[in-house]
Amino acid sequence: MTAQEVRLCGLVLQEHFGEVVEKVGRNLLKSGTQNLRAIVHETGLSVDLVKKSLCVLMQHGACSFIQGRKGPGSPTEYKAHCDRMLRILRYPRYIYTAKTLYGDTGELIIEELLQRGHMTMSNTVKTVADRLTQSMDGDMDYGEVSTTFSKLVETHFLQRCPPAAGAGTTGSSQTANSTSAAPASSTAPTPESFPDCYRVPQVTLIGRSKRPLASEEGEDQRNAKKAKMDPETHGDEGIYWQVNFERFHQHFRDQTIISAVANKLDQTSSEIVRTMLRMSEVTTSSTAPCTKPLSANEIFRSLPATYNIPRHILDQYLTLLVDDPVDGVCGEGVRVIYLNQALANLARATLESIVQERFGSRSARIFRLLLRKRHLEQKQVEDFAMIPAKEAKDMLYTLLSQNLVQLQEIPKTPDFAPSRTFYLYTVNQLPTARLLLQNCYKTVANLMERRLFEAKESKRLLEKSQRIEAILASLQASGAEPEQLTEVEEMITAPEKQQLDSLRLHVNKLDSAENQVDETIFLLESYISSSTKPTS
Amino acid sequence: MAGKGRGVAAFTFNIDALGIGRGNMPEARVGPSPLFPTTEFKPVPLKGGEEEDYMLALKQELRGAMQRLPHNIKACSSKTEVEKYTERYLKQAQINSEEWTPDWNLFPKELMPQSKKRRIKKGTKTKTVKKLKEDKANVLSKLDELAKKDENPEKSDEETEKKAEDDEEIEEEELEEDIEEENDYIESYFDNGEDFAAESDDNMDGEATY
Repeated sequence: MTAQEVRLCGLVLQEHFGEVVEKVGRNLLKSGTQNLRAIVHETGLSVDLVKKSLCVLMQHGACSFIQGRKGPGSPTEYKAHCDRMLRILRYPRYIYTAKTLYGDTGELIIEELLQRGHMTMSNTVKTVADRLTQSMDGDMDYGEVSTTFSKLVETHFLQRCPPAAGAGTTGSSQTANSTSAAPASSTAPTPESFPDCYRVPQVTLIGRSKRPLASEEGEDQRNAKKAKMDPETHGDEGIYWQVNFERFHQHFRDQTIISAVANKLDQTSSEIVRTMLRMSEVTTSSTAPCTKPLSANEIFRSLPATYNIPRHILDQYLTLLVDDPVDGVCGEGVRVIYLNQALANLARATLESIVQERFGSRSARIFRLLLRKRHLEQKQVEDFAMIPAKEAKDMLYTLLSQNLVQLQEIPKTPDFAPSRTFYLYTVNQLPTARLLLQNCYKTVANLMERRLFEAKESKRLLEKSQRIEAILASLQASGAEPEQLTEVEEMITAPEKQQLDSLRLHVNKLDSAENQVDETIFLLESYISSSTKPTS
Repeated sequence: MAGKGRGVAAFTFNIDALGIGRGNMPEARVGPSPLFPTTEFKPVPLKGGEEEDYMLALKQELRGAMQRLPHNIKACSSKTEVEKYTERYLKQAQINSEEWTPDWNLFPKELMPQSKKRRIKKGTKTKTVKKLKEDKANVLSKLDELAKKDENPEKSDEETEKKAEDDEEIEEEELEEDIEEENDYIESYFDNGEDFAAESDDNMDGEATY
């Protein structure tokens, strides 16, 4: 948990869950695993608030608890998950992807699940149906929403939460080897280790959601009362669903690879790659280094009908893809896409473009040279890059001071005398990627702080404009005359309007920048996790 | 040491190997580096397009929605002495808004709020003794013993208080500390100021008391 990550997590928690949860989360991140009393003592909050914050964090999966780590009598300990908190930055991207794949219904399902952490299927379906009826004219059938939900589960975008691991009972759902005293497995059971992970339960949800009538208040109260009095059980109590982030990440990664191939080659080859990736979507786990082997026949059969290219052209494309080092398609009769290699290439391209944008194209040339040629001396750098010596030195030292380039000493004599030592410049891709990832976290944290600062500065103005909008809305609803409306509108003076506009523009820019930095974060994170995973 | 006194910048190693000459040394620093240094290369403009705009709108909506959910816990602000009129209605609205209870099967039991028992926080000593139905007999017998041993009534009350807490700690750890704190001090220790005012009324001659 680096300092930048902790800072960013704190800001994210504060924006979405409030200051109390932020304090608790921060404390957990900094101090590791802690029990309840220690958290209360260190944060100085009341016990009630700490309990509620822990519940909220666990509901969203940002925190997990371990019982009885030091023996049967020891208190429950809580642990925060930094990476889960950082996922919150990516929520808009998940929701947008769901929209492109499954339409508005899918979008709303994912949105509800992301907002609430985890929910039962019946709850989700009901809430989504209600929201859809509010925005549509007709009534929304529960069945339609349920089918979309099942489709999401089939393609693994949603998964069940792992059942309670020793919350009240002693690990009833764990493997038979677990002792009753303490949880036997030191690693938490992943959702995928349960066989029922992707099985949709039998839910009895018949009917449609009712559109609220004109007399809304009375109806809502009656409905609320009704809901409290007869809680309908739909046969899936206790089965909670959560969003499967790994699957979304797989999807993003595939999209990036496909667009990279499309940029480098052409549309048809990207379609071929897309087909290959889609065929191995559900079968390969997200951490596999390569897709399952596919023969050219299978690819030919699975190509979408619009692309009827003859067989020999497909073969030509495949050989072209093999030769092209971008995505690492390999093999003779059977084709495989090497995902790790593809990710490494994408990450390398990202690093190169970062250097180019910050230090200029000539420094980028030196950087690319060092990436390809591994170790080079000062003189060789100047020669290969075709840059005059003085400038090359300058750029190299700038890169060195920013830690993007490292110096490797190779001594001729054991005393490392400078006149008798080779000094070679080199770039290590993995540590550099880590460094730039931390920079990205810092960037997003800075963007968020700046946005909060801007909003705080113009707080008075924002409140005033909100009040005026509320007045306008109420006047319009009650049917006022245009003169009254213009009178109210004039309460905001012209320079204030300008200020508001510029504020809105700034805030939008900062928000959009956060989203786009998150794309880089995703790429670098996937690369780092794919290269550090132990390959079995 | 050999190079001292000979030349201003005499290095102990051969400088040519590093590729820099004597004249290419960077200038000595005059002060701290500027806070916002000028950048040669301006950053690339943001991607703008339908996708990005939609995601921006999504992000802002999501933020607003999550701030309205019951997951968002607001710290209770300190109560001002005079409650503003609007605050009373705001509180009503807050209470009526959705409450959220998690599924306790998934969460550890110790996080369950124990709100009911908290309200009886200001119980007197007799009430706390009443709560312990099981250990009532034990407490009473101990009371008798202590009454015989020690004539001081306050001390025995404190001891029964302690016993009450020890037994109750098995059930709930945190709650009884408040009661303990309240009764740590003998009640007559703090006077509520009436005596002070009464005294000053008597000595209104104007003479200062030393």
